[in-house]
Amino acid sequence: MADFAARGETPEILFWVGCAGSFDDRARKITKAIVRILNHVGMKFAVLGTEESCTGDPAKRAGNEFLFQMQAMNNITVLNGYGVTKIVTGCPHCFNTIKNEYPELGGSYEVIHHTQLVQQLIDSGKLKVEGGEFKGKKITFHDPCYLGRANGEYEAPRRVIEKLDAALSEMKRSRANGFCCGAGGAQMFKEAEKGNKEVNVERSEEALELQPDVIAVGCPFCMTMMTDGVKHFNKEDNTKVLDVAELIVQANDL
Amino acid sequence: MAYIDNILFALLLVAGTVLFVRNVRKVRRNILLGREVNRSDNKPERWRTMIRVALGQSKMTTRPVAAIMHLFVYVGFVIINIEVVEIIIDGLFGTHRILGFLGPLYSFLIASFEILAFLVVLGCVVFLIRRNVLKLKRFMSNDLNGWPRSDANYILIVEILLMSAFFMMNAADYRLQQLSFDHYTVMPESAFPISSLLAGLYGNASPDALVMAERFCWWFHIIGILAFLNYLPYSKHFHILLAFPNTFFSNLRAKGAFTNPENVMVEVKAILDPSFTPPPPPETPMRFGAKDVQDLNWKQLLDAYTCTECGRCTSACPANNTGKLLSPRKIMMDTRDRLTEVGENIDKNKGVFTDDGKSLLGDYITAEELWACTSCNACVQECPVNIDPLSIIIDLRRYLVMEQSAAPNELNMMFTNIENNGAPWQFSPADRLNWATEA
Ligand code: SF4
Ligand code: SF4
Repeated sequence: MADFAARGETPEILFWVGCAGSFDDRARKITKAIVRILNHVGMKFAVLGTEESCTGDPAKRAGNEFLFQMQAMNNITVLNGYGVTKIVTGCPHCFNTIKNEYPELGGSYEVIHHTQLVQQLIDSGKLKVEGGEFKGKKITFHDPCYLGRANGEYEAPRRVIEKLDAALSEMKRSRANGFCCGAGGAQMFKEAEKGNKEVNVERSEEALELQPDVIAVGCPFCMTMMTDGVKHFNKEDNTKVLDVAELIVQANDL
Repeated sequence: MAYIDNILFALLLVAGTVLFVRNVRKVRRNILLGREVNRSDNKPERWRTMIRVALGQSKMTTRPVAAIMHLFVYVGFVIINIEVVEIIIDGLFGTHRILGFLGPLYSFLIASFEILAFLVVLGCVVFLIRRNVLKLKRFMSNDLNGWPRSDANYILIVEILLMSAFFMMNAADYRLQQLSFDHYTVMPESAFPISSLLAGLYGNASPDALVMAERFCWWFHIIGILAFLNYLPYSKHFHILLAFPNTFFSNLRAKGAFTNPENVMVEVKAILDPSFTPPPPPETPMRFGAKDVQDLNWKQLLDAYTCTECGRCTSACPANNTGKLLSPRKIMMDTRDRLTEVGENIDKNKGVFTDDGKSLLGDYITAEELWACTSCNACVQECPVNIDPLSIIIDLRRYLVMEQSAAPNELNMMFTNIENNGAPWQFSPADRLNWATEA
C-alpha cells in the first residue's frame, strides 16, 4: 500500500491478508491462491504488509474489549490514512470484524469476503472458470460461522463451486444450520473444555459420511480444523480439504 | 340471593385481573433493572419481524411435527379465548349464551371452537407423549431437572382439562337443548361436532343434574383461565405473551456484529488520542462486562423471561453436542432465576436491592461453561423467539477478562502476542509479508 501511496496511485481494492494468511503455513497457500486470481484478472490491489495488524477478533470474542478496541483504532488510523474504501479479506473473521464492528469506531469501508469477490469476477465475465481436475468430483462446502450465520452469506461460495461442474453435495447440517468447526470464539488458541468429543472431529465425521473428494472451506481456521479432523479418521488420501480460492486456481492452472 | 353468582363472578374477575397486573408490573420492573440499549430504531422492520416470527411462527418450521402441533395449540388457544368475551358478559349479567342471537353465525363459531379445541387437545397429547414417552433428547437434559420439567407437563395437562371442561359444558348444554329445558334454546347439532358425541357420557342424567354439570364446567373453565393467567408470569409459558415484544425488540444487526461497549471506548480513546476529553464519569462507574443481572441490558433480561425452555438452542450448540458443560438454554434459565431472586430481594427490602453475596456469574453460571462457547451463533439462529444467549456469554466473559483477569492461560498468551506482535501467535510483525516472496 505504501508503494501505491508513494506513486500517488490508488489501488482498486485492499487485500486484507489476516494473521493466519500471513503466518500459518497452510493458510499462506490460500493467500497466494487469492493473489493469483487477482493478478490473473489484472485487478490493481494492494496489501498493507507490515503495517497490517490483527483485527482484534480473537481478543474480542474472548472478552478482551480493551485489546480489541486498541487494535481496531490503530488499524483504522492506518486504513483511513491511506484513504482505503474497499477491502477484500481472506478470512471471515477479519471480514466480519472490519465490516460490522469497525464503523462505530470510525472505520467505514466496503468489505467483501474473497468468495464473494470471486463470484463477482465470474459473474462479470472477468474470470472464466472451468472444472479442470474437479469436473464431476464430489465437493461439499463447510459454511464458516462468520460468513454464514453471522453475515448471511451462504450462496457465493456455492455458486463458485458449481462453476467447476462438480457435484456439490450438502452435509446434513448446512447453511443456517451449519455446524461450527470448533475454532471460533477464540477456541483456536486454547484447549477445549472437558467433553466427550472434539468439535472438529464431529464436523469432519459428518463431512466424511458423504465420502467427498473435496471438503471446501472459506476460512483459514476451518481449514486447520477440518484438515486435522480428516487426518483423525486417516482419510487424507481420499478427501482433500481446500479453500474455494484454491479450487479455482488448481482447476484453471492460474 | 339471585345475584350472588354475578357478584362472585365479578369479584373473581377483578381479583384475577388485579393480581395479574401486579405480577406483570413486577416483571417489568425487574426487566428495567437492566442497562439501557436502544431498540426503537427502524420501526417498520421491527413490526415486520414481530409479525413474521411471533405471529407467523416462521422459525418453528425447521421441525415440522412440533411446528404443526404448536400451531394447533397456539391458534386454538387464541381463538377459543374469544369465547371468554361471552363468558365474561354471561357471568356479569347472568345471561346464558348472550351471543346466541347471532343465529347461524353463532352456531358456526361454536362449531369452529370445538374443532379447534379438539386440535388443542391433540397437540397437547402429542407434546406430552414427546416429553414423557418418546423422551426427546432435548427435553431430557439436566437443564430441566425439577420444576421446569413439571412446569411443562402441568401446563399441558391444564390445557387439556380446560378444553375438556369446554366440551363437557357444551355436551350438557346440548342435552338440555334436546330436552327443551328452560332457557336452553335449541341450536343445530352441527354446532356441537365434538360435544354431541360426548353427550352420551351423561347417560340418563336428569335435567337438574345436567344443569349442575353445565354450571360446574362453566365455572371450572373460567376459574381455570384466570388461574392460568396468573400462573403465566411464574412459568416458561409467559412466552405466549412476551414472544411479541421480544421479537419486536430483536437485534436487527448482523449476528456477527458484537457491541463495542461505550465505557471501554472512552478509556481507549483517552489513551490513543491526547486531544480527547472524556465525558464526566458517571456517579457509579459501570462495570466492564457483566457479573450479575443488573449489568446486562434490559433486552437480555426480557430474553430471559421469554425463553420457552424448548432447548432448540442447546440441541444445535457445538459445545453441548460434544459433551461440554455449556448449554445456551441453561444460560437463559439461570439469568431468569437469578433475576427472579434479585426481584424478590428488592420486594423484601422495601424497594432497594441489598447485597446477598451472590451473582449470576459464579453462583449460577460457571467459567467452564462460558469458555466452551465458539461464538458460532447457532443458538441465536435456532431460537424461535429471537433470544440471544451468545450476547450474555460474551458479557460475562468480558467481566472475567477485564475485571478479574481470569482468562484461561492460553488466552492470556494470545492477548500478549496480539499486544506485542499484532498477531495471536508468536511471530514477528516484520515477517508479515514473507508469503509474497515464496514461490
Ligand atoms: S454461540 Fe456458543 S452457546 Fe451458542 S450455539 Fe454456538 S457455541 Fe453454543
Ligand atoms: S433460548 Fe430460545 S431456543 Fe433456547 S430454550 Fe429458550 S426459547 Fe428455546
